[in-house]
This record gives sequence, C-alpha cells and structure tokens, in this order.
Amino acid sequence: MLNIKELLEDIKASPYEEIEISVPHTGLVEYSGLKVGDKVNGPCGEWKEKSGTVLAKLTRERNTKTITAPEKGEIVSIRQELEGQFVEAGESLIKIRHFLSKEEVIQLILKKALFLFNAPEKAKYYFTPEVDTKIKGSGERSVKVTEGLDLFIVSRMKRETALNYSGPEGLIYSVYFQNGDNVDAGQPLIGVCPADQLNQIQEVVNRVQSEWEENE
Amino acid sequence: MNTDKRIDALSERLTYIRDIFSNGENANIAMLSSELSEFRELRNSFSNEESARRLSRLEDLFSFLESKLEKELSPMDFVRIVRHPQRICLTDILENVYDNYTELGGLGEFSIDPSMLIAQAYITRRVGQKIIHQPVMVIGQEKGHGQEFRNGGSVKPWGNAKALHYMKVAQAEGIPIHTYVFTPGSYPVEDYPGAAQQIAKNIYEMGNIDVPIISVISEGGSGGAEAIGLADRRLMLSHGYYSVISPEGAAAIEANLTDGERVSDTLIAGCAKRLAITAADNLRMGYIDRIIQEPDLGAKPNSYDFFRQLRTEVIRATNEACISVKGLKLFRAMALKQQNADEGEDVFMRWALSHRARKRLVEKRYEKFRRLSTSAYMDHRSIFLRTVSAIQGVAWATKSWFFYNLVGRGVRAAKQGMEEIQAEAHLVKERTARILQKNNNECLSERKMSAEVRDKLFCLSNPGQGPCFEEGRWKYNSPRGRVDRTYSCPNAAKEGCLDLWGPDLFRDFAGVCSHCGHHFPMEYQWYLYNVFNYADGFEFNSGIESANPIDYEGFDLKLDEARKKTGLRSACITFETRMNDINAVVICLAAPFRGGSVGAAEGEKIIRATERAQRKQLPLIAYIHGTAGIRIQEGTNGVLQMPRCTMALRRYVDAGGLYLVIYDSNSYGGSVASFLGCSPYQFGIRSSKIGFAGPRVIAETTGIAVPPDYHNAWNALSRGHIQGIWDRREMAKNIQQSLMTMGGRNLYYR
Repeated sequence: MLNIKELLEDIKASPYEEIEISVPHTGLVEYSGLKVGDKVNGPCGEWKEKSGTVLAKLTRERNTKTITAPEKGEIVSIRQELEGQFVEAGESLIKIRHFLSKEEVIQLILKKALFLFNAPEKAKYYFTPEVDTKIKGSGERSVKVTEGLDLFIVSRMKRETALNYSGPEGLIYSVYFQNGDNVDAGQPLIGVCPADQLNQIQEVVNRVQSEWEENE
Repeated sequence: MNTDKRIDALSERLTYIRDIFSNGENANIAMLSSELSEFRELRNSFSNEESARRLSRLEDLFSFLESKLEKELSPMDFVRIVRHPQRICLTDILENVYDNYTELGGLGEFSIDPSMLIAQAYITRRVGQKIIHQPVMVIGQEKGHGQEFRNGGSVKPWGNAKALHYMKVAQAEGIPIHTYVFTPGSYPVEDYPGAAQQIAKNIYEMGNIDVPIISVISEGGSGGAEAIGLADRRLMLSHGYYSVISPEGAAAIEANLTDGERVSDTLIAGCAKRLAITAADNLRMGYIDRIIQEPDLGAKPNSYDFFRQLRTEVIRATNEACISVKGLKLFRAMALKQQNADEGEDVFMRWALSHRARKRLVEKRYEKFRRLSTSAYMDHRSIFLRTVSAIQGVAWATKSWFFYNLVGRGVRAAKQGMEEIQAEAHLVKERTARILQKNNNECLSERKMSAEVRDKLFCLSNPGQGPCFEEGRWKYNSPRGRVDRTYSCPNAAKEGCLDLWGPDLFRDFAGVCSHCGHHFPMEYQWYLYNVFNYADGFEFNSGIESANPIDYEGFDLKLDEARKKTGLRSACITFETRMNDINAVVICLAAPFRGGSVGAAEGEKIIRATERAQRKQLPLIAYIHGTAGIRIQEGTNGVLQMPRCTMALRRYVDAGGLYLVIYDSNSYGGSVASFLGCSPYQFGIRSSKIGFAGPRVIAETTGIAVPPDYHNAWNALSRGHIQGIWDRREMAKNIQQSLMTMGGRNLYYR
C-alpha cells in the first residue's frame, strides 16, 4: 500500500521540480541577459497564446529561433560559458526551478495514489444509466467499482457498446471527462481509490488545500 | 414644489453641460455652477415672488450661456453629446415624430437583438378635408438611455439580418423605409452569419430595394451605420457624427499601442478633429443631403420643437425621393424646392410608387452613390486618354450587346434546339440498337475502352505530377529565395516539421512547408505572375492615385513613403489578363501599400474594373493579398466606398457576371463587410485570416479576448463565410476549375 504521508513529506522536502532547458538542435547560443536567481514566466493567456520569457536565442543557418521558458520559476543555473558558442543538439543551457502549485501537488499525489482507468479507444464515453443516476444523486464517491462492473457506454460511429471496469476494487474518486465527451485513447476516464484509503487521501488533499504555501 | 422641480431641471442641465465639456476648464460653466449653488443657499431667505423672479433670471442665464457654449463645441464634444444617456433615442423619435407605431421583431430585452429596433409606423396628416395615413417602416439602432442589454447600439449580425428582413417586408408592401442610425459601430462577433457577412449582405440587398429609403444619422460609426444607411436621401442631425472609425479607435491606431496602455485624451480629440466627422464636414463633402438643426447642445427627449422639425424633414425627404422618380409632379416639385422648414407637411404625395418609378428609383440611387467621392483621389491621365477610354467603354458595350444579345441570343437558342433534337435522336438510336443487340444475344457490358480513357474517367488526379512543378518552375520567385538561410515552420513543435532552406522553401515549394503545409507569407507579385499571368496582362487605370482628401495631418508624408516603398500609386491593381485561355478582369488589393486599406482611389478603381468587366462581358476575380479595411485617414470618403463598390458589383452580378473572391493573409474590416463579403463565391488560401475586426479591436471594443484561431480560414469555412480553402501551389488550377464549373462554357452569361 502506498504511504501517502510519506509521499507528501517527500514533496514538502523538495517542493519544486527542476526543468532542464536544452537546445533542440545545433546552433550558436546567445543568452538574453538572465542571471541565476532571476524569475521567469511560462506561457500565459487563456489559450497559452503568449509564450514565456525568452531565455536564449539559437542561430543556425542564419535562422534565429528563441528558446522560451516552459514553466514559471526561478533560474538555478545557467551555463554562461556557452554564450556565443556553437553547441550541439541536446546540450543543456539553463536549469529552472519550478515551484509546485497547490493544484499540481494534489494532482501529483492523486496520480500516485489513485488507479487511473484509461479509455481504450477514441470515442464518446458515457456512464451507464444506473451509475449516472447514482453519481448525479449522491456524488461520484458513492460509486463502488469492482472488477467486471458494467460501467461505461462507448459510443462510436452510432454504435454503442458496453465497457467493463477492470482494476482494483474501490470508489471513484475523480472523473476526468464530461458525459458525452470525445476522449482520446489512453486518456484517463476515472481515478479509483481503494475504500480504506479514501479518508487518508481526502485528509491529505485537504491539508494541501489549506496549508500549501505557493512559492512564487 | 414647482420651484424644486425647476431647480432639479437646472442642475440636470448643468451636469449635462459638464459631461459634454468633460474636464475642460470653462469660465461659463464655473459661472453657472456658482450661480446655481448661490441660489440654492439663499432661496430660503427670499420671498416667494423674489425667488420666482430670480429663478427665471437664472433659467435665462442658462439658456444664454448654453447658446454661447454651443459655439465653442469641438468635434470631440459632439461625440460626447451623441453618446450621452440624455441624448434622444429611437423610441423617443417613434413617440414624437410618428403618429402611431407597432414594434416588430420583439420588445425591449425580449428580442433577437435588442439593439436593432423595427417598427411599422404611421404618419397621419390632414390634406384639404381628408385625413391621410401613410405607413412607413422605421428601422434603426436603439441605444435606449443607457440600457446595458442594448450594447450601446452595437448591433449583432442577427440584428442586421432582422433589419434586412423587414426592409424586404416594406418592399413587398411598397411602403417607404426610414432608417435611424444610432450606432458607434457593429458588434464584432463572427458567429453565423458573421458580422462582416451580414453587413455585406445588407448593403448588397439594399442597393436594389425599390422603395424610397431615407436615413437619418445621429451616430454613424462605419460598418454598423452602413448596414442600414444606404439611402436615397441622407439627413444628419446637426450634433451627430458620421465617421469611418470612432476617435478612440483612430487614436489607438495612430499611437500604435501595445496592450494595456491608454491613449491620451488630447490625441483622441485631435483625431476627432482630423477625421472630419461633423455634420457640417459631411455636408461639405456631399455625403449627406441636409442637416437637421438641433437645439443648443443637442436634442434631448423633451426637445419637442426639434421633433416637429424632424417630422417635417423626414416627410419632405420622402416626398423628394418620390418626386424625383414620379411622372406627374409639376407644382409639387416646385413647392418642395421652395419649402421652408416649417411647411413640410403641406405637400402631399402618394408614397406608393409605380413599377416603372421603382426601377428609376434604384437607378437613381446607384447614380447618386457613383458620383460621390469622385474628387477624393488623383487622376493623372491626360484629357486625351480619358476621352479615349470613355469612347472605348461605349464601343465595348455596343460590341457586347451586339455579340451576346443580338446575335448571341439567336445562336444560343439555335444551339439549345439542336441539343434537344440530338438528345431525342440519341435515345431512339440507343433503344433500337438495344433491341437489335438482344436479338443478336450480345452482352452490352463488354464494351471496349482504352486504358487511357479509363484512367481519365476513373482516376481523380495523378500523384506523380507534383503540384509545384507543373511547368517545371515558377515564373516569379520571392526575393527571400535568394538568401542562404533556413526557416523554421511555426508548427514545428506540434508537427515535427524540419527546418527548411530558404531557396527550397521560397522557390520550389512556393513558401509552403513541405511537411505540414503551413503557408509562409508571400509577396503579392508571386500571385500576380505565377497565377494571374500579370506579365502578359494589361493593367488599366494605373494613373488613379491615392490622395489626402480631408488633409489629414501627416498623411501626405505617409502616402509618399508607401509609394516609394512599394512603387504603387494605390493599394489596388486592376488588370485584364488571360489565364489558360480564359480572359478575365482581376482586382488585386496589395497589403504592402498602407495595409491594403481601401480609400477613394481604390474604390474608384474597383468600380471601373467592374464596369469594364461588365462592358466586355468577362469574369471578375478579386484577389485580396491583404486588406486592413477602410482607410481611416480619408474619413467618410473611405467608408462610402462600401456602398459604392457593392452597388457596382451588384449590377455586374445582376447582368450575369461571375464574381470570384480569393483571400490571402489578413482580410478585415469594411472591405470584407461590403464588396468582398457580398460575393457568392469566396475562397481562402490556407494562410488567410478573415473577419470583421481584428483580434485587438475586438478585445478593445467588447472586452472579450478571442482565441488565436478565431479568424483563420478553417473557422471562416465552418461558419460559411468562404466556400473552400486552397493550397497556394494549386491556386491557378483551382481558379481555372472554379471558373469552368461556376461559369460554364459561356463564362460571363448564365
């Protein structure tokens, strides 16, 4: 069984993730004047249409491309010696420390603690009528799933087939789709949590919600 | 009690004055303010008589100073007046100008678009001993007095569709239409039918509505105003404005701001002045027929004298529109000309027109708009050339008439007759053959067919022939193809496209990513030479040059720069060409010249190209390399090109012409919302972005940001704006195919 408390302690010990920025192809590197400790921003806007802070420029065959920060964070290290140098593909340039947000921590814990049931093919997914009424009536955590339970209806090209649940027994903790959504193959449909761990998970999530200090 | 009301009224007048002259330090306003507060403080110490005497003196002072302030009004103050919540709105006009009315298409909030108000109204008059009711269709933007749900008079596409629907109802009933323009501009949503598409449709249809249309302009903001403003008589309220863009919008463009910054008030006021938006300016330039004088500092819902005058004026304008096309007029025409403002209701005229008068009305409307803004561009052609081209025009028209109407009609009838006879004969022959074959016991299905014929019939295309190498190479190559550098496709992260070497990309691949098909922007010359065979074509009207008709500050310099940079005299290139054995007239709007914006010169060239295509009976292709819409620096001269060009194109299409529009890169604004959007056949190159207003303008006016792909060709296709998306490399082939399928063998005539 997964020790959630330990997991949380681990995350607390290093509440960030380090992202290594490396060059996608060979070229001449030119930094944009950032120093260690500088803050950078990731892509923003409703559709992530505004790209993040420019970290460096890479020029090959007189084609200059910018390298931007993929996430918000702080620069930990920067390889200044590469400034103006011609580097090979995959060379690491900058390390960014991205502090985890509340949502990310919760997702991280859930990802490890829950059993994710994935969509076997790209189609529209619905819950079976009994399950659907139960979820609508008393919430998703009231549904207990067992191996072989008739849980979903897969609708594709006007044909509807039943999909049985396979995996460990437990309660549905979170639903990752809307009834009737088109879900790609391999995307999670539901996250299942063993009944005895439910309280524990809930407690940890609540603690994260209330205590986690987002490090800017 | 009465005194309290009068004081309240005065303080309301003071607030209004303060709003109009916003944050301006003015001695007159300060004086009114101090006098009013002094009276308020001391009124309890006065006797009743004394207080009444002082109050009426104060009211006189207000009136006096208001008329004094009236003379100080700047163009920006006019803008503030028309936008003030105390300004008259359409409901006030319906209540006070017409005698009885019924709202159609919804009341208040419960309407498909509350900002467009439609009503059928009566004007009741006594002529001699008779009481006469004359019905009219009243259509206009309703701002209300600041109601949120009306969007300040910005009409959504479905509101304009509603207006068009009821114009057609009025046409069916044969009653005149009175339109009231109270809009700062159209609401830029692209949901079906799309703001631009709907306005284009409105203008296109209004050109041919054969009942008198009278429009009264209070706040005429570009596209929104044009959607209902195409009229036989255009009146304007003296404190209104009619402009191609709001002063704020013009200032934002002038200052070229990035997001979040605000434009200074002085720049906005300066733009209002430079754009020549007031009633007096528009009358001087000939874009309106008459000004209706408002009381000092603008009409308010209680300006009853003004409503009486407005009533007289609209009756008179309707009479004038009718009389200009009527057979019997004699004294009434004379009376109308001499009429004073007060006697408009004396002359009676039936507003229902005969069939022939209706035809004349449409013709007159076209002529009216054709003549407008003809002095707003420079024509460098010599008198000799002009005369020759006029004679040529007549000659072409005669030749076309002779070949296509006189002889052509007979030939067509004969051909059709022959076809019918052949078809009959074919059927009889087939049937007989079948009977004979049955007797001979032969199988029909074993007919011999050569492999070549079979391939032609059953294979759609031959993948072996690459699309880019039809003739081995392109005639024109982008200068970027000479530079030794590589380019990265913007879709590289998603699609994994490899970097492309410039000479490959811009020469062989025609600027198209060979992996994902992304279109890099291309110069308009590429299309002219590789698609439209410009080198062998004949360019006409190249002597018509963009000018600065309203002396917009600093614009001459910018025009010179654009001329030097592009070598063009205007954004529009018109030429006659021959592509794969098809003759056609081509209009090209080139983006490098002031963003491909349309002004008086461009409009004139488009109209002349249309007329040429009509006279010579050739298909007309508009290739839009890019257009930012209407050129704001030409003021109303620009915005009038919307109805002018659309009406010319409508005549061309009605005469049987085939009009095809192809968009490339960014096409926005007034041009899409008029003469481009009205085409039944519109196509987009993959790189095209099409819409009514650009993303920044939408964000500024509505406060809602739009997704990055909001205007792209695929969205335009799915909402029905364009009819297909083409690859640049296959454009020539597609044009050929479109012309042949839509026009058939007789390309011009249906």
